[in-house]
Amino acid sequence: MLAEDGALLREGLAGLLRRFGFEVAEAVGDAEALVEAVAAHGPDLVVTDIRMPPDFGDEGLRAAVRLRRERPGLPVVALSQYVESSYAAELLDSHDGRGIGYVLKERVVDVADFADTLRRVHRGGTVIDPAVVRQLVRRRGTLLERLSEREREVLALLAEGRSNSRIARDLVISEPTVGKHIGNILAKLDLPPEGTDVDRRVMAVLTYLRERPE
Amino acid sequence: MSEQTDTPAPGPPAPGRAGPARTPLEALRTRRFPLSSWPWRSLGYLASSVVVGTVLTTLLLPITFPLLALGTAVEEMATGRDHPTWLLITLLAAGLALLLAFGPLVAVPVARLERWRLRLVHPPITGGHRPTGRGVLVWVRARYTEPATWRAFAYLLLLVTVVDAVSWSVLYLFPALGAYLLATPAITALGRTVTLFPWAFDAPGATLPLVLAGAVLLLVTPYVAAITAHAHAVLARLLLEDHGTEELRSELVEVTRSRARLVDAFETERRRIERDLHDGAQQQLISLAMQIGLARMDAPPGSDMERTLASVHGQAKEIIGSLREIVHGIHPKVLSDRGLPAALPELADRSPVPVRVRVDLPRRLPAHVESTAYYVAAESLGNVAKHAGARSVRLNASLDGDTLVLETVDDGRGGADPERGTGLTGLADRVAVVGGRVLLSSPAGGPTRLRAEIPCPPSG
Repeated sequence: MLAEDGALLREGLAGLLRRFGFEVAEAVGDAEALVEAVAAHGPDLVVTDIRMPPDFGDEGLRAAVRLRRERPGLPVVALSQYVESSYAAELLDSHDGRGIGYVLKERVVDVADFADTLRRVHRGGTVIDPAVVRQLVRRRGTLLERLSEREREVLALLAEGRSNSRIARDLVISEPTVGKHIGNILAKLDLPPEGTDVDRRVMAVLTYLRERPE
Repeated sequence: MSEQTDTPAPGPPAPGRAGPARTPLEALRTRRFPLSSWPWRSLGYLASSVVVGTVLTTLLLPITFPLLALGTAVEEMATGRDHPTWLLITLLAAGLALLLAFGPLVAVPVARLERWRLRLVHPPITGGHRPTGRGVLVWVRARYTEPATWRAFAYLLLLVTVVDAVSWSVLYLFPALGAYLLATPAITALGRTVTLFPWAFDAPGATLPLVLAGAVLLLVTPYVAAITAHAHAVLARLLLEDHGTEELRSELVEVTRSRARLVDAFETERRRIERDLHDGAQQQLISLAMQIGLARMDAPPGSDMERTLASVHGQAKEIIGSLREIVHGIHPKVLSDRGLPAALPELADRSPVPVRVRVDLPRRLPAHVESTAYYVAAESLGNVAKHAGARSVRLNASLDGDTLVLETVDDGRGGADPERGTGLTGLADRVAVVGGRVLLSSPAGGPTRLRAEIPCPPSG
């Protein structure tokens, strides 16, 4: 399911998705049509632009939040034209933030990475745009100040939905070290140590994103 | 339709203006006029006009005598006596020369006296003379070359001729004659004859019509006096008031408004450009780069074509990045979409110096207030990063009644000086356009506190 108001980009995106083996049930141009189309097709994944007609505000986001309320766990990837962490926070507040992607629109340019993002979200992962993450990491006066530089790097990659092995490769450290960092992060953010690995990661990312300067 | 029509229509507004009358004309419209102080003030104004006029006529004799002599000569010529033409021309020339040379010198102090006297019946006015430097010559030169002096001169001429005569006539024809007529029974009782051309009265009983006429004259006196005094006062205002400053002031108001309109127009235009780039060029570029990305996948790995496409792809991505920065610089999207509560933290995130942001705004503010506040915040954070050597900054935005208060406080070295560099002045200018002000406190050694107050009417 695809919602994007720019005709050119919508067609391009549909082509991209098919190219990577996704089936596009319907490609629509505004939020109303998106809600109807989701009801008609019951898709496995929704990709929506945040800014769409009629007001060119955050209609896409509103629609996504509504869809997530009606169909808990429906994976949604929202495309934003600029970094706005409050958008991400709103999306993540639905259904524990699982199966959520919030990325800048221009990421679609890196076609393979974008397809990878969609797959991860479809599997229930949480993907937040590196730019948003970078912005949040730099915020002061938050719980994140408790984290060391390295731990913040790990958390940032975690928020992008990377696996432990991928994080280890990116930071050129061993996988057990990554595990240790994640443990420290959870402890420092006052997160309970029990629960599955995925749960704990999502929790960490959520805490991370919900943090606001006081 | 069976609507009732007998509901009383709302009455006309009460006559007269709210508050006490400020001129004889306003006073005339009130019911209490005859019992108020206005008839007496008007009469006083007329009487003092006669006194001033008479005294001036005498004082001006040294400069008016050639003209007076000319008048006498012309009168005599009418009765047949001959005067040589050169004498008449000499008298005229000398009269005009004396009048123009010394008249203004008299007119200036007279105008001052007249403005003071005007306060008897009208709100006070100020004269339109320019301030001058020291020295008699400087003063004389300034006075002779400014319009206010020549308007005062015109007033002086009217005062000693028309105004004097009219005031005198009104006083004579109404209160004086009225009183005299009322007194006719007493006069005839004393045995004198009252002569009013072509009639003569010598018995108290025969004077009844005169008494009635006198009563009528005295009754209308307050009204005639008020109207005449008002007319004189309007003339005085016209010629003795400082119109220049008023015009300048109204022009200034207009300039201020047009400046605000210009800023508004610029702002609208920036938003339009931003929107066009955003929805047009940016989207097309993304679409293009995406297609290149797809094509790149189809190209044989390691081939020339793949390498070329990779390079083109990279360039397209760079263009997208710089276009995003440009568009953001023109007008931040997040500001128009989500207002200051979202835009200020985003701005703070871009600052190299760590910023603690606190935005406490219960509502969206008018667009021009938002963009001005954003500009102020961006400039102040920029200044902090460039000059303050600060380790941290606080940025607060809140509403104090109908005023947006935006404050940045840094822990830098202080000593910011608006005299040096144009940044702070430009900032103050930008805020002044929307009717606000900028306050700066920056002692050497810090902290620097910059506070902008922007009036913020409730948006409709």
